[in-house]
Amino acid sequence: MEYILIIISAIFVNNVVLSQFLGICPFLGVSKKVETALGMGAAVTFVLTLATIVTYLLQVYVLVPFKVEYLQTISFILVIAALVQMVEIILKKVSPSLYQALGVFLPLITTNCCILGVAILVGNGTFDAKGLEPTLLVGVVYAIATAIGFALALVIFAGIREHLELMDVPESLKGTPIALISAGILALAFLGFAGIGAVA
Amino acid sequence: MKKLESTLLNMALVLTSVSLVAGALLGYMNQLTAEPIRIVEANTLSSGIKKVILGGAEGELTLTKVDTVLNDKGKVDFVIYSTADASGKPLGTAVQRSENGFGGPLTVLTGFDDKGTILGYEVLKHSETPGLGAKAGEWFRNKGNIIGRNPSTPLKVSKDNGDVDAITASTITSRAFLKAVNASYNHLFVERNANSGATTTKE
Amino acid sequence: MNKLNILLNGIIKENPTFVLLLGMCPTLGTTTSAINGLGMGLATMFVLICSNVVISLVKKLIPDMVRIPSYIVIIATFVTVLEMLMKAYLPALYASLGLFIPLIVVNCIVLGRAEAFASKNTPFDSMFDGIGIGLGFSAALTLLGTVRELLGSGAVFGIKLYSDDYGMLAFVLAPGAFLALGYLIAIINRIKKA
Repeated sequence: MEYILIIISAIFVNNVVLSQFLGICPFLGVSKKVETALGMGAAVTFVLTLATIVTYLLQVYVLVPFKVEYLQTISFILVIAALVQMVEIILKKVSPSLYQALGVFLPLITTNCCILGVAILVGNGTFDAKGLEPTLLVGVVYAIATAIGFALALVIFAGIREHLELMDVPESLKGTPIALISAGILALAFLGFAGIGAVA
Repeated sequence: MKKLESTLLNMALVLTSVSLVAGALLGYMNQLTAEPIRIVEANTLSSGIKKVILGGAEGELTLTKVDTVLNDKGKVDFVIYSTADASGKPLGTAVQRSENGFGGPLTVLTGFDDKGTILGYEVLKHSETPGLGAKAGEWFRNKGNIIGRNPSTPLKVSKDNGDVDAITASTITSRAFLKAVNASYNHLFVERNANSGATTTKE
Repeated sequence: MNKLNILLNGIIKENPTFVLLLGMCPTLGTTTSAINGLGMGLATMFVLICSNVVISLVKKLIPDMVRIPSYIVIIATFVTVLEMLMKAYLPALYASLGLFIPLIVVNCIVLGRAEAFASKNTPFDSMFDGIGIGLGFSAALTLLGTVRELLGSGAVFGIKLYSDDYGMLAFVLAPGAFLALGYLIAIINRIKKA
């Protein structure tokens, strides 16, 4: 039951983009077409899941035992950067078709703050685990749900922006302003999920 | 001076030395700031305890006993701080308890007198929404005042047929907050009296 | 280049928030009040200045192919230093900015300036670039924070102007961040054209 709560909460209630403001840059940058949004969403899901597992293990078996928790930020970002490179190289060799679909998005992911953000939250056990112990399994469920939430927000937003292209927007609002305002209205819609699944 | 070539040796050397220097610098900084950070944390707690027991009034206060109660999974369930004034007369007890709020754990420190009347409270840690749930720090001594109340009948928000005003648009945070206060009361005045030789306590 | 020009360039012509549209996550995430916005801006400025100067000093020693990872390590070091200092001396601000402090590492402004300015200019110029961009970022965040605090909770820098019973809650919440920033950029676009 708690797992379902964590998933619903991470996808809808506390959506990573629309209510926690992580990963805004790709959200605004690669959301002009639904197709690219899907590709970015898939790439983020893949890397976020892997990164959460690796950084959690790093935190529990290296940083904490050796009492060097203060190296968290620096080691996590290096692990993520290395991981992204590795995924890129492996994908190129193993599945060229998947590489073609996701390849262009991979370099962008290192600086996607939702990866480092979720890794830190799970590593410290400070994410919303709905009362469960923040173990690796719970952390990974949370990470996957967060990534799905990211992909969902990105795809919906891309759909909206495809329509915006055809609209007659006032001169000063063209481009980023109208995109931000649409994102605001989308976030307003997501506010409707607030309260679902909260422990009464 | 010419820029270093991108040979494998150069790259390995540079990356290693950059990381080593960074690690050394951080180790040094960590040593430097460890003591101030510890003092800040200790101060937050001691000023918190003082605030919830004395209710903002000035006065001397010493900790006489700290009791950490673990649950069956070995995690902290309650932390109980017993206090006394300068002459050793007991002043009250502060109980620290975490509940799940809207955005994650909400840690509340509640001060009780010997009959269980609330002397004061302090939100020690939270991840509630700024401007909404985060108001809990002030709300429950103003509009939804619980100070001077006795949770022998559990405190509830008006939505749950209680008489405490919930924070505007933050019923979940308010419920979690009251749950923490009620649980602290129950632990201190019901459970502990029932089995006063508690088995799970640890000094 | 003239030092004053470098400074003004960062604040106005290449304002990271309103013109370059970089570093959006902390811009939206930490501006629930004016003071939080200012704090976040200054924290980022500290990292920007330090990393700009150091990267500019060691630029010749770093082979091109490991440029980015080396820059990231240098930036992450300063972010961690900042984290320790804030925990020790500004615990309240640290608590309210939370996760966004370690996330300065992935703020595209910092890496962007390292790559675009510090790796090509002298340490002294790079310092001014760090100050300029940092001030521009701080000003933008403070402005956004002021607007949101005023509309959302009826106060500016914590000073109550009207009762928060009349405040528009949405502006403190997530949607208001997007809306306020969108309209601010639109207004700036309009002024620039006039």
